[in-house]
This record gives sequence, structure tokens and C-alpha cells, in this order.
Amino acid sequence: MRPFTYERATDLGQAVREASQTPGARFLAGGTNLLDLMKLEIERPQHLIDVSRLPLAGVEDADGGLRIGAMATNSQVAGDRRVREHYPVLTQAIVSGASGQLRNKATTGGNLLQRTRCPYFYDTTKPCNKRTPGAGCAALEGVSRETAILGASTACIAVHPSDMAVALVALGADVETQTPAGDTRRFPLMELHRLPGETPHIETHLIPGELITAVVLPPPPPGGQIYRKARDRASYATAHASIAIAGGQVALGGLAHKPWRAVTAEAALAAGASPTEAMTAELADASVGELNAFKVPLTTRLFAAAVQEISGEAA
Amino acid sequence: MSSVHDWAAPNPVTTNRSGLIGKGVDRYEGPLKVTGTAPYAYEVRPPSPPAYGVMVGSAIATGRIAAVDTAEAQAAPGVLAVWTHLNVPPQPPRGTKAHPRSTAGSRPALESDRVTHWGQPVALVVADTWENAIAASALVRLSYEAGTPDVDFSARLPDAGQPPGEQDVEIGDFDAGFATSPVTLDETWSTPIQNHCQMEPCASLAWWEGDKCIAHTSVQMVKPAQHGLAETLGIDRDAVHLLTRYIGGGFGGKGQTYDDLTLAALAARALGRPVKVAFSRQQMMHGTIHRPATVQRVRLGAEKDGRLNAFSIMTWTHCHQDGTFTEHASNFARALYAAPNRLTGHRLVKLDLPGAGPMRAPGEASGTLSLECAMDELAEQLGLDPVELRIRNEPAVDPENGRPFSQRQLVRCLREGAQMFGWDRRLPTPGQVRDGRWLVGLGMAAAIRGNFLLPAKCSFSVDAEGVITVRQGMTDIGTGTYTVLAQIAAETLGVPLGVVKVEIGDSELPPAPGSGGQFGAASAGSAALAAGMNLRRAIAELATGDPNSPLYGGDPERVTFQDGVVAIENRSETLAALVRRAAPDGLTAEGDSRPPPDMREWSTQTYGSHFCEVGVDPVTGEVRVRRMLGVFAAGRILNEKTARSQLTGGMIWGVGSALTEGNAVDPRHGSLIGQDLAQYLVPVQADIGDLEAIMLDEVDDKANPMGIKGVGELGNSGAGAAVANAIYNACGVRVRDYPITPDKLLAGLIAKGM
Ligand SMILES: Cc1cc2nc3c(=O)[nH]c(=O)nc-3n(C[C@H](O)[C@H](O)[C@H](O)COP(=O)(O)OP(=O)(O)OC[C@H]3O[C@@H](n4cnc5c(N)ncnc54)[C@H](O)[C@@H]3O)c2cc1C
Ligand code: SF4
Repeated sequence: MRPFTYERATDLGQAVREASQTPGARFLAGGTNLLDLMKLEIERPQHLIDVSRLPLAGVEDADGGLRIGAMATNSQVAGDRRVREHYPVLTQAIVSGASGQLRNKATTGGNLLQRTRCPYFYDTTKPCNKRTPGAGCAALEGVSRETAILGASTACIAVHPSDMAVALVALGADVETQTPAGDTRRFPLMELHRLPGETPHIETHLIPGELITAVVLPPPPPGGQIYRKARDRASYATAHASIAIAGGQVALGGLAHKPWRAVTAEAALAAGASPTEAMTAELADASVGELNAFKVPLTTRLFAAAVQEISGEAA
Repeated sequence: MSSVHDWAAPNPVTTNRSGLIGKGVDRYEGPLKVTGTAPYAYEVRPPSPPAYGVMVGSAIATGRIAAVDTAEAQAAPGVLAVWTHLNVPPQPPRGTKAHPRSTAGSRPALESDRVTHWGQPVALVVADTWENAIAASALVRLSYEAGTPDVDFSARLPDAGQPPGEQDVEIGDFDAGFATSPVTLDETWSTPIQNHCQMEPCASLAWWEGDKCIAHTSVQMVKPAQHGLAETLGIDRDAVHLLTRYIGGGFGGKGQTYDDLTLAALAARALGRPVKVAFSRQQMMHGTIHRPATVQRVRLGAEKDGRLNAFSIMTWTHCHQDGTFTEHASNFARALYAAPNRLTGHRLVKLDLPGAGPMRAPGEASGTLSLECAMDELAEQLGLDPVELRIRNEPAVDPENGRPFSQRQLVRCLREGAQMFGWDRRLPTPGQVRDGRWLVGLGMAAAIRGNFLLPAKCSFSVDAEGVITVRQGMTDIGTGTYTVLAQIAAETLGVPLGVVKVEIGDSELPPAPGSGGQFGAASAGSAALAAGMNLRRAIAELATGDPNSPLYGGDPERVTFQDGVVAIENRSETLAALVRRAAPDGLTAEGDSRPPPDMREWSTQTYGSHFCEVGVDPVTGEVRVRRMLGVFAAGRILNEKTARSQLTGGMIWGVGSALTEGNAVDPRHGSLIGQDLAQYLVPVQADIGDLEAIMLDEVDDKANPMGIKGVGELGNSGAGAAVANAIYNACGVRVRDYPITPDKLLAGLIAKGM
């Protein structure tokens, strides 16, 4: 672990300014991901700006929806009465991730920006384009099942591990940020993460020093909501595949470098296709290897079951 | 010459007058552990501030270190030493035994430029703080001449040969018996590499007092650790004082010491100050031993009524290039079922993987995953209930050597387990029971694990306060040794538990074999009982020979010990008063125990049955254990609570083996996938539903004077097979390649058109 300096931010504007001006600066929120990676020297920040005590931890009503502060913990959001009543998909997604202890510490912003759990990303003796751009990708010919089938590149086949983000994409949430220049930006969360392309080390469209301040949920969509996640053990394991449905909107987890909005499946379903047909269409371009091929039937079946469960509830 | 028959005479443990034996008393060291104040090796406070060592693992699996550049590491803040094979202090060649009777030879660290497995410790950085040491360890630059790792176990199966000094065991004519059996089964199972994942990684702290090395480490066996370190340091064995007071799990992985101990001792000598060295969680996966993968072919030939006519289990496994360890996954089966024609054996291939070695129930844990599923498959072919099939093959005597069983209550375990579990509700046709989205199935398996008694010594003292101190070079790896030794002492001397002190984990105490192979409680406890009996005798003689004692002139044989009082009928005084007056410096007695030669005339095992209910999500292939019951017959139980924890812990391990655990091998690098506990999946709380372990009343008077047997490994044997059989009963899919993860089960479900 490398030496670094630490400061506790008390002012939002100052935090973003410092973040953009101090070389090697990073925000620290719950620390459940960043500190682990620092211990392994996968992340090597020179300066940490602890934003966890900025007054951004509230969950407030906003235009018929909810505004969730970036520092609200995962446990807090999942347990919020309004979230449980109107956005059950979000509660289900959050509680299916990590463990109780981690969720008590992990924040909304940190969860969105957590890094992949690709085993070769964690093993610093292996080449990884995310850790060292241009080094190569050990996972490509590797022995991991947990690799992407959608939107991957030959530079990186890692998946984004967040469950919460999948639900948020299905709900059509926006992200609100503060830029180093002091401006507030707001854009669809679906546009936060990038596909790997040739630059898998650049994971989001945030500009350096930009801080996520909130996630804004639109009014709850009409129709049922559900989150389903398939994994090796009952808790504390990332998804082989996961599905969030909120009304007519569908998002997939565990399959790509970002939470995947399944627009093709949504359209097919709206046009009267069966869930199986709809997901088959969505995954038509999936690129699979021997070890992750199971994700195609798994996702298709999980989707059909999820749709059935929702319509069962509705009936 | 002692004999098994001597054990028939009653003794304080078997008489159990105060009822302490068997009682689920709380752990002796429990308060220390739950308050975080038990000093594990790394937390022991040394006499002066320690320096911190961090090891660097090799980044290749085979080859040699071609060049070393430590300049940057050396110059890093706080660094006190940087060692590689080029400058590590000299150590005697591997295996050297300067003392011919050493129980372990020299184990040099940073031995040479040769790399024989990925993650092998190849450098050490010592610094003033752990942070500085770990930062500098990343600056050690090593370049390698790497060979192509030979790690592909399945590709190398054809090259596997007989393990050294071993033969296949054939009784009758297996081939002929198999060929003429009306019902046959011939299937192959595979199990992956598993890692122990002890909560406490291996860690050591050493310092020197003159020419004497004081070393605290985390190890299951004290004497070999002491001897091995002395041989490695090239010093007298008495010049090493080795301590291992609290151990955060061993499971066989700490049956030996590793480079943390050697390097801590060498660095402490070189730097003249205490040095701590620990493995990181990631380093544990490659830097210490693992349970090797196996491939097991099981062939069963039966009559139509289910009686086995031919039976074979052959195991293929692997070990380290310089090793010979063999996962004896076929051995347990030799005592399990009757059949006139039998063939068992092993094949071993050496690979460029880290060291293979024992892990909880070595042999049984892997072997039951095949045979106990094969029995389930055979029962289905025969249209027999799986419990009944096992009962029909119950042998009257040991089927391989004809010896009588000392105690064998397997059938009772099966029958009572079936009844308690509600086995009669199981539908023999798979896929019939649904609960919401889950398909529900029931499965069962038998359990067996050998029982052993090893030589041990122990000492008991009583002081002027009437406090009894048990001293033994034994270990407690979280199993309850402290507690059961205290119980034996209290019961033997008729004192309350509160006045018993237990000192273990120290090479300067009377030697005991340590913890492993579920022989710990029986071996250590038998010596403790012997010491207790000798102290009783000494106390009785003291009382009856002391003119100031009310017991004066009485027959020492008639002295009773109860509630801290020594008495002959109505003449009595407290033990404390007696000792304070007549032996103010206290009394000490030693005892030892060794297996009598005639013990081998009996076949002695522990037995059990597992019953399991799982839910299978037919959509995803996910499996969740809903409830599980184990019924065990393992002799007298010393402590109902610690024994139960051992058994349920073993059962949980079985769930992990069936469903999640395993390290895949990356053949390009020779390294393992799953290098931390987020990736190597052991069961978590949510994976374990309703779990119960029942211990049948039993006394095995051919096992040891207390009639107890081991329970530490038994729970693991067969548990995974019960899970796998329940999965089949739930959904009709057999996956014979462990662990049964959703991807594999899903393929089976799809193939069945589900
Ligand atoms: C073993 C394990 C298993 C897990 N399993 C799952 C799982 O199954 N599903 C799941 O969804 N999650 C899982 N998690 C992830 C867990 O939810 C994350 O660790 C957590 O959400 C990260 O939140 P944090 O606040 O601690 O982030 P931190 O570690 O503090 O930060 C993470 C990153 O985000 C940046 N950051 C944080 N906040 C902001 C902000 N407001 N604006 C800009 N940048 C910011 C930091 O600079 C850092 O780069 C798992 C974690 C662990 C350790
Ligand atoms: S998949 Fe991505 S994260 Fe994994 S090794 Fe390749 S580049 Fe690195």
C-alpha cells in the first residue's frame, strides 16, 4: 500500500475543485471498494478526499419521484419506506448485493462507480488493460465464467458488478453531478457507464473531479417491478445474470461492462412477442465463449420467469 | 504391556459422577475470543517493538529466477532488510535432520533460484511498519526464466502412476464379479482443488533471547514445528521455544509450518529484534497446501436384491513436483460396505501446482462425493430405497481384513436419521415436489471416518489454592481442546471447572500429537486422564500419609474426590486445605498414553448418516439447502456443544464442496482462480438452512480408556453427497463434476427439456 494524503471534505465546491486540481486525487465514500483495491495496489491514489460526510445523504421527494443523495447508504435506501413501496425493484436489487455489513457502509455513488470483480483485474501478476492500458487482457483466454456477453471488446470482457445500478437503469433514473467548474449536470444514469472499447480503463463519462451528488428517480412507472439475480450462493456473490423490470422497462446485469438497458427486448415485448422471443432477440448478438455461454439461456429463462412472476402478481 | 481390555475398568471419565463429561459447557477460551483479546500468534506482544516482514510470491509456476533487483525496495522508507535466495542467511538443505529423532527436517526458505509453483515465496521485505514493508514488497523486481507450466490435470491423467510404495487392493476377483452382476453402474466423478480458507492466515512472530529462539506461530502440531524450525535454523531443538496458543482454524492446512515461521526466526536473528511475518489472504491460496483435485471412477455390481457383488473405487489425483502426498479418496470405502469382489486404489501425477496436502477428512471428503452418489444411482436402478440399499450391504465384520468392529452403529444412524428427518415423505421419482418456484428434493448419504489413538503425554498439577493446572503440548484449533481437557481434569479430580487452568500450545510442555485426523481429543484426553489418575493417587497418598489429615491412616485406594473435597467416607477435608498444609509447593503428576498393541484386532471407525432437503430453481439451476440432518455415532461425547459445532461445521463444509467451493486452474499461468474470499466461495449464513446434528449414545471401549472417538472430520464425510443426491431427487439431473454450480445444473436441466 502506497503512502497517500487524506482530507475530509466539508464543502462540496471545494471538494470538486481539489479533486480536479490535485494530481492523483480520488473521492472516498464508504471505502468498501476503493480501500480494498488500494491494499492490493490496483488503485494507487496519492490523495483521498473523503466525501462521506458531505450533506448528501438524504432521500427526498422530488417531482413525484425521489432524489437519493449520493452518500445515502445502500441499507438506508433499501429500507426507505417510499423506496420499498414505490420502487420495490430497487430495494430488491440492493439487498441482493454484497452483504449486510458492506451495505451499511456502501454509498449510492460508490456503488455506481465500484469496479469490476474480474479475477484477473484482482491478480496483479496478470496482464489487464483496465489496470495497465495496453498490457493485454488475461481474461480473454482465461478460465472465468464471470465475463461479458454483450458489448465487450477484445480489450476487455469484464462485467460491471452493481445490482443497484441495474434497477436504477430500469427505473429510468438520472444522475446529478457537480463538475469541477461548479456546474450541476443531470443526465440519464444509462449514459453514465461506457462500454470498454479500446479504453477499458475509462469506465464512465464523468469528467475528472466530477462528483456524483444524487440519483433522481422519476415517478414510479405503471406496472409491476421485479429484480431477479442468479448466482452461486444465496448471498455475498455477484450475478451470473440479473434482470430488473420496472413497468415496460428492462435492464440486465452481469452481462456487460455496464448495466444493460434491454431496448430490443422491451420493443419486442411491447409488440407482442413472448418474453422468451423478446430476450432471444436482445441476446441475438451476444458473443460467448465456452465458459460464459450459459448466460444466454440463463438470462432468457430468468426473464421469462420474471415476466411471469409480475403478471402473476398483477392477475 | 497394556491392553484394550484394561479400558473396561471404570474410571472417573466413564463413571462421570458429577456429570461434567458430555455436558455442553461453554468454551474455556470463549470470552477471550469473543472479546477479541485472545492473542493469536501475530497479536502476541513481543518484549520490544517488532519489525514486519512481508513475503513476495513468484509470478511464475515453473522455471528460475533469472535476475533480482532489490535496489528500489531497499531504498524505500523504513526498510530494514530485503532477502531473496541470493542473500538469505544459509540454512541446511531441505530435509536435513541433524538430530536423528527430529519429527521434521529442515525447511529452508528462499531456498534457491528454482520456482516450483506459482506464488512460492521468493523474497522477503522487512520494515519498521507493516505498511512500509508491504509498499516496499511491491518494489522488489524479479525477472524469471519461465517454463511452461505442467498443470493440466485432466490432460495428464493417462500419465498418473501408482503412488510410491502403494499397491491396488483387490479382494476376490473384481472383474469377474462385475461382469457377472445383473445390475451394474460405472460412472466417473471429479472434484476440484479446494483451499482451507482458515479465518486466521498463517502467521508467525519470533524473537531471540540469547541463543534461544522464541517463536509464536499458528500450527496444528507443536513438536514437528519446533523440530523443523530448529533443523532449519541449524540449532539445538531445545533452543527453540515454539508456542501456538490460539489458532484460528487449521483443517489440515496448518499441519505443517511455512516460510512465515522460518523467515520470522531468521530475520529476528539477523536484525536483533522481534519480527512478524504473515501470509495475506491472497497468498494463502498458493503459498500453503490445498486439497488436490480428484477424478474417481466407481463401479458397482449388484444382485437384484441390492447386495453388492463387486465394488471398486479408483482415484486419480495430483501432488507437487517434489511431493508424494496422495489424496486417498478410495481408502475409506474399504470398511464401508460388504462385497466379495473388491478393488480400490490410487493414481498420482506430479504437477507444477502448489503443494497438495491434507484437508479436513482427507480421503473421505472427496471419496464420499463419488461413492455415496453412486449408491444413490444404484438404488434407483434397483428400485430400492437408498437407505435400505445401504442396510442390505452392511458388513458383519470389516470386509477387507475380517476384524470385528469395535462399535458400528451405522445402521442405527441410517434408521434413526431417516425417521427423524421424515425420509418416508421422499418420492423416489425425481421432480415431483414443488414449493413456489422451487423444485424440492431429499437426499441422503452415509458417513464414515477412521478413528485413531496416538501416543501423548500430559501433566497435572495442584497448587496450594486447590487450582488444577493441565499442561500439554497440545493445540486447540478452534475445536474445543481447552474445554474438554478442563472437563476431563475437573471430573477426574472431582473439582469444579472454575478451578481448572489449561496450558497448551507450547513445545516445553509434555508432548501430544496435536490436532488433525480427528485424533486430538482421544489422544490428548487419554494422556490427560492418565495424568489425572496419577495425581489422584499422589493426592490420596499425601492425605492418608499426613498425620494432620482426617484421612490419615486410611487406604489410599478408598479416597474419593468430589466437589473439591477429598474423603474416605465421613472423614474429609478440602483439596486446597490438604495441599496448602501438606504440600505447600503443590503436587505434579505426569501421565502418558499410547495405543496398546491389541487395539489393532478391531476395526474402529466413526459413522453417521446425512439427510438433506434442497430446493432447485429449475429456471436458473440455483440450489439452496433448506434443511439438513446428520446423525452420528462417534463414541462417548465429551462436550455436547463443541462436538455438535464440529459436526455441523463439517456438514457445512460438505455443502460448500457440493455447491460452491473450488479453485479452477489457469493452465497458462499455473495459478488458481479464486484468490480471496469474494471469489473462493465458501457457504455463508444465508446458504445454510435448518441444520441439526444428533449424536447417538455410544461408548467405544476399544477406542481408548474414555470410550470416546473423534468428531472433527466425520461431519464432512458424506455431507456433500447428500446434497448432490437431493438435487437429483429435486430435478432429475445428476452433475458428477463438483461443485454443482448453476451453469452445470442448467445444462442438465436444458438437456432434459426442462
Ligand atoms: C466482497 C464484496 C462483494 C460485493 N458484492 C456486490 C454485489 O453482489 N452487488 C453489488 O451491487 N455490489 C457488491 N459489492 C460492492 C459494494 O456494494 C461496493 O463495495 C459499494 O457499493 C461501494 O460503495 P462505497 O461507498 O464503499 O464506495 P468507495 O469504495 O468509497 O468508492 C468506490 C469508487 O467510487 C468513487 N466514488 C465514490 N463516491 C463517489 C461520488 N459520489 N462521486 C464520484 N465518485 C465517487 C470512489 O472514488 C471510488 O473510485 C460487493 C463488495 C464486496 C467487497
Ligand atoms: S476482462 Fe477487463 S478487467 Fe478483466 S483482465 Fe481483461 S482487461 Fe482486465
